[in-house]
Amino acid sequence: MFANLSPWEEVLIARHKDRPYALDYVRMIFDQYMELSGDRVWANDEAVIGGPAFLDGRPVVVIGQQKGRDLRERQRRNFGCARGPGFRKALRLARLAERFGRPLISFVDTSAAAADLRAEETGVSEAIARNMAEFAFLRTPIVAIVIGEGGSGGAMGMAVGDRVLMLEHAVFSVIPPEGCAAILWRDKEQAPQAATALKLTAKSAQHLGIVEHVLPEPLGGAHRDPSAMAASIKLSITAVLEELGRMSLDDLVAARYARYRRMGVWRTEPPSERAAEKPS
Amino acid sequence: MNPGGWFSRRSRGAREMDTVPDGVASKCLGCDEIIFVRELERNLQVCSKCGYHHRLTSAERLAITVDPDSFVETDGDLLPDDPLEFPGYVEKASTAAASSGVREAITTGDATIEGLPCVIGVADFGFMGGSMGSVVGEKIARAFERAVERAVPIVIFSASGGARMQEGLVALMQMAKTSAAAKRASLAGVPFISVLTDPTTGGVYASYASLGDVILAEPGAVVGFAGRRVGRQDLGGHLPANFQTSEFQAEHGFVDRTVPRKEMRATLAFLLRFFAASEAREGEADGS
Ligand SMILES: [Zn+2]
Repeated sequence: MFANLSPWEEVLIARHKDRPYALDYVRMIFDQYMELSGDRVWANDEAVIGGPAFLDGRPVVVIGQQKGRDLRERQRRNFGCARGPGFRKALRLARLAERFGRPLISFVDTSAAAADLRAEETGVSEAIARNMAEFAFLRTPIVAIVIGEGGSGGAMGMAVGDRVLMLEHAVFSVIPPEGCAAILWRDKEQAPQAATALKLTAKSAQHLGIVEHVLPEPLGGAHRDPSAMAASIKLSITAVLEELGRMSLDDLVAARYARYRRMGVWRTEPPSERAAEKPS
Repeated sequence: MNPGGWFSRRSRGAREMDTVPDGVASKCLGCDEIIFVRELERNLQVCSKCGYHHRLTSAERLAITVDPDSFVETDGDLLPDDPLEFPGYVEKASTAAASSGVREAITTGDATIEGLPCVIGVADFGFMGGSMGSVVGEKIARAFERAVERAVPIVIFSASGGARMQEGLVALMQMAKTSAAAKRASLAGVPFISVLTDPTTGGVYASYASLGDVILAEPGAVVGFAGRRVGRQDLGGHLPANFQTSEFQAEHGFVDRTVPRKEMRATLAFLLRFFAASEAREGEADGS
């Protein structure tokens, strides 16, 4: 039964080679879309795509992480692992959305940000940090949708928004299960157990209050019926934009800050000198 | 609060130096030379032979950075919880607290440096590798908010392997929370001095720590997106010798200055005077 997949099986579906990628959804969801290029500083990082589009005639700006289908495309797009210029391209397009009052729609799908020499040279860390800070205060509605893998910092560089949606079999994690297993048990083979421990499924993310909506997938996964999946995503984006459109920009930004500000789970206990005065 | 007093409390967590059993001498992690503990203490745990900067505990860092008796801790009552019921996390956190002598991976509070007020945060690598979970994220967010309320600069010394795996997505979200808090403080006119110490990597380097108005780093510190444990062979063949260090980041424009430990306090004081002076100047102009 597909409703009872293990977290590791969810990981495998999220990484499935036939799973629709950002540009597949962009083509199916929007009436028109024009790809724009470059970060205006250094390069055009093809791990990130984006540009103006129309959603049922309404102008929006789309950004997304694009893995690439065949080997050639995968290499060109660095398997969807963005470096500094990719995140800066996303920020540049987000600024475009803000200036012209267009909502920003972000498709999140990356195993991780790149961590190679070129990524460090182009300041991938600074670019991710800058995007989170700037997206948090962007004066236009932002909807992020985790369509496949929400891979740690690489995902966060494009996933700060007013509403974060997640496809049923997408995953969202602080570390890949293989890496977690290597640290915990010094054994990458235990990735399935790590996937369970990390609570990386859409259902868990919703339960933890990290995502607002989980979108059911066609039986067997989004790749079994991409157009049905796209239609469902389109309905959700439209509904969320409708809801966000009723808020003033001041309220929108304040609510977005509050959304992230309240995230976290801790307990309180006075430091020891005061603890002595307090029973138990 | 004399440095000698703090240094006498050894912490194995923060400093993985091999200490000769009698505690009189230890081996430098940079050059393997035997150095007298007293000499290391006098040199702020910097090797006098090779200049290697050994890690400091948060208490040691505060002692050599802020004015004596000026530090007042805030939010020291926040302790880690276990949102994922992650295997072994509760035990690991309590072991970390016992071995490091701190309750979480960052200590925050109010202090003065050469008489200049600031909000300060100091990470402690000895507590679970300085990793950022909910408590670290919350303390940092509150520190930024406190700097806004007090209208004083904020200084944060980072030392962290990144987001805390054991808190999963909740830890990942602290990247967004602290970055948003840094931006909010920036919009309110609060100066932020970010100091990167060994090591500052992953989700900490890729969040608030990269958002300073001024970013300083200790010499030779590991600073980068991927931690050193990610094999160099996975990152492509010919990597420069200084890859993922303070010097590499400075060379590529992501760190303003590498500052030797003995000059850090004076460097911070210079910057705090600069930021305070611009406010005083505005005040004068209003009055005339
Ligand atoms: Zn040495």
